Amino acid sequence: MMSTDKQVVKTEPENEFTTTHHVYEPHRAGIPPLANYTRELWKRREFASEMSKATLRGANTLTMFGQLWLVLNPLLLAGVYFLLVQVLSGGNRGGMDYFAQLCGGLFTFYFVAGSMSTGAASVVGGGKLLLNTAFPRLLMPFSAVRTAFFRFLPTLPVYFLFHILAGLGFHLSMVVSIYFLGLLIVFALGVAAFFATMQVYFRDTTSFMPYFNRIWLYMSPVIWSIEQVPARFTKVLNILEVANPLHSMLGGFTECLVNGDIPSLRTFVTATVWAFGVFAIGSLFFMSREREFAVRL
Amino acid sequence: MSSLSASESVPTPVPTPVPSGKPLTVKVENLSVTYRTTFERVPTFKNAITRLGRGQRAVREIEALKDVSFDVPDGTALGIIGNNGAGKSTLMRALAGILPPNKGRIEVHGRISPLLSLGVGFNANLSGRENIILGGLASGLSRAQVEARAEDVTTFAGLEEFIDAPMRTYSSGMYSRLAFSVAVHMDPDILMIDEALSAGDATFKTKAAGKMAELRENARAFFLVSHSLASIQQLCNDAIWLHKGELMMRGTPQEVCAAYTKFVQVGDSAVILEDL
Ligand SMILES: Nc1ncnc2c1ncn2[C@@H]1O[C@H](COP(=O)(O)OP(=O)(O)O)[C@@H](O)[C@H]1O
Ligand SMILES: [Mg+2]
Repeated sequence: MMSTDKQVVKTEPENEFTTTHHVYEPHRAGIPPLANYTRELWKRREFASEMSKATLRGANTLTMFGQLWLVLNPLLLAGVYFLLVQVLSGGNRGGMDYFAQLCGGLFTFYFVAGSMSTGAASVVGGGKLLLNTAFPRLLMPFSAVRTAFFRFLPTLPVYFLFHILAGLGFHLSMVVSIYFLGLLIVFALGVAAFFATMQVYFRDTTSFMPYFNRIWLYMSPVIWSIEQVPARFTKVLNILEVANPLHSMLGGFTECLVNGDIPSLRTFVTATVWAFGVFAIGSLFFMSREREFAVRL
Repeated sequence: MSSLSASESVPTPVPTPVPSGKPLTVKVENLSVTYRTTFERVPTFKNAITRLGRGQRAVREIEALKDVSFDVPDGTALGIIGNNGAGKSTLMRALAGILPPNKGRIEVHGRISPLLSLGVGFNANLSGRENIILGGLASGLSRAQVEARAEDVTTFAGLEEFIDAPMRTYSSGMYSRLAFSVAVHMDPDILMIDEALSAGDATFKTKAAGKMAELRENARAFFLVSHSLASIQQLCNDAIWLHKGELMMRGTPQEVCAAYTKFVQVGDSAVILEDL
């Protein structure tokens, strides 16, 4: 092997997956080479799932009572909103089918909200691991979304129980809701990445979330459903439809799941654009900043 | 005292001299690394807004490394010495690609041991085994590779009984034994040990010294940060001395240690509390 004292000599050809030759140089806030980054990310996907599994184990989520708690918490919340709406409407707002719709929407909303809060805490909470190991940091918020998703899963059977009790029946079009759930996951990944970055710079980001979530919930078609909105609110609805990503995503999701209707093309397009748009913005924002995380933790 | 020099039984052959004319494993050119911290304990929106009102500057910059250049040929065992806060850990993290340089350039050829130091990537609420697996997966090993190693790591660290207990129940010595054991079992081309042994007991230090001597022969390069000048002289064939972020000296371990000892005005006769 010949060597000059100017360069590090490569003793093996550079390999896509086990590249061992690295050059580190100063960077402006920029986006790392995407193909490489994605490959490294994919190669370590098991880290994200293992991390999430360990988190779930640590929080006793996998025990029987843990699962019960995951279900009980949103269910009680649904009960509270149900009673509230019953009282406010003088008892003439829907029965079992309204409750089923409320559960479906609320459980799914809390999946997104959960991704947001666990995602936000993921990088700052990663402390020593981030300071001592080099890996694509996006794994941290993505792992948080997996955790939030596995907290959401046990609530699905509960939803179906109420679905059956309400006599809503099963339609082939319910399958379409899987597409919307997929969009919600993509959206949650973007949201988690975005808030994880914010949390590094402003450690009180998570303390604003409960308020933000509450407002977001009221502006999303969860407690109210799109068809039932009085005519005088159509203007507001038209704005929300475009401005609130959850309007199309959650609205489309519950429309298929609860009512067995196929949402309009407009809803499909809006939801898809929002989901991938937020995913791109969130993860690119994260990537452009992640090399700085270690000096700021 | 549990210093290496005191334990006669340590099978550490005298380091071979720095190979000349070998290809470089690491090349560091004019490296500067700056930490940015805020005046507050943690940066928050609340403080950012109040500061805005008072027109204060938000970040304080700490230049942890200033214009450091050196290169490391294949087969080097480089000892790094310096006072606390000299920038030794920062240098290690920069070489591992964790901290981005603010100026300069680092070129590394080889896989670096993923877990560098005491407290390494460890989440105290998870068990030792979970931490080993997570660390390995994060650094790009496959599940099969990590699981195969987890047993060896545990055995070497002597933690068979505790490996499934949460790490918050570990003593600091157990922590550092596990950290060291993980670092040496990941088959790195470039091995980095950053004060990883200061809390280990004498038995483990002896065992670790043997392992390091063995790895030094196989690894492409070996970096040892230690306050034990004796171990630096025993295990390394090259040394650098950092002081307040600047490279003060590069030379044989004997020369550098002598200069450092003189600098900190600890005479040869003074008792140096050794810790590897
Ligand atoms: N995460 C951090 N944020 C801000 N400053 C840091 C951080 N880590 C280290 N420093 C500062 O950088 C300097 C070098 O630290 P370090 O590399 O840990 O020193 P050593 O390992 O030689 O004791 C010190 O002044 C220390 O205060
Ligand atoms: Mg240090």
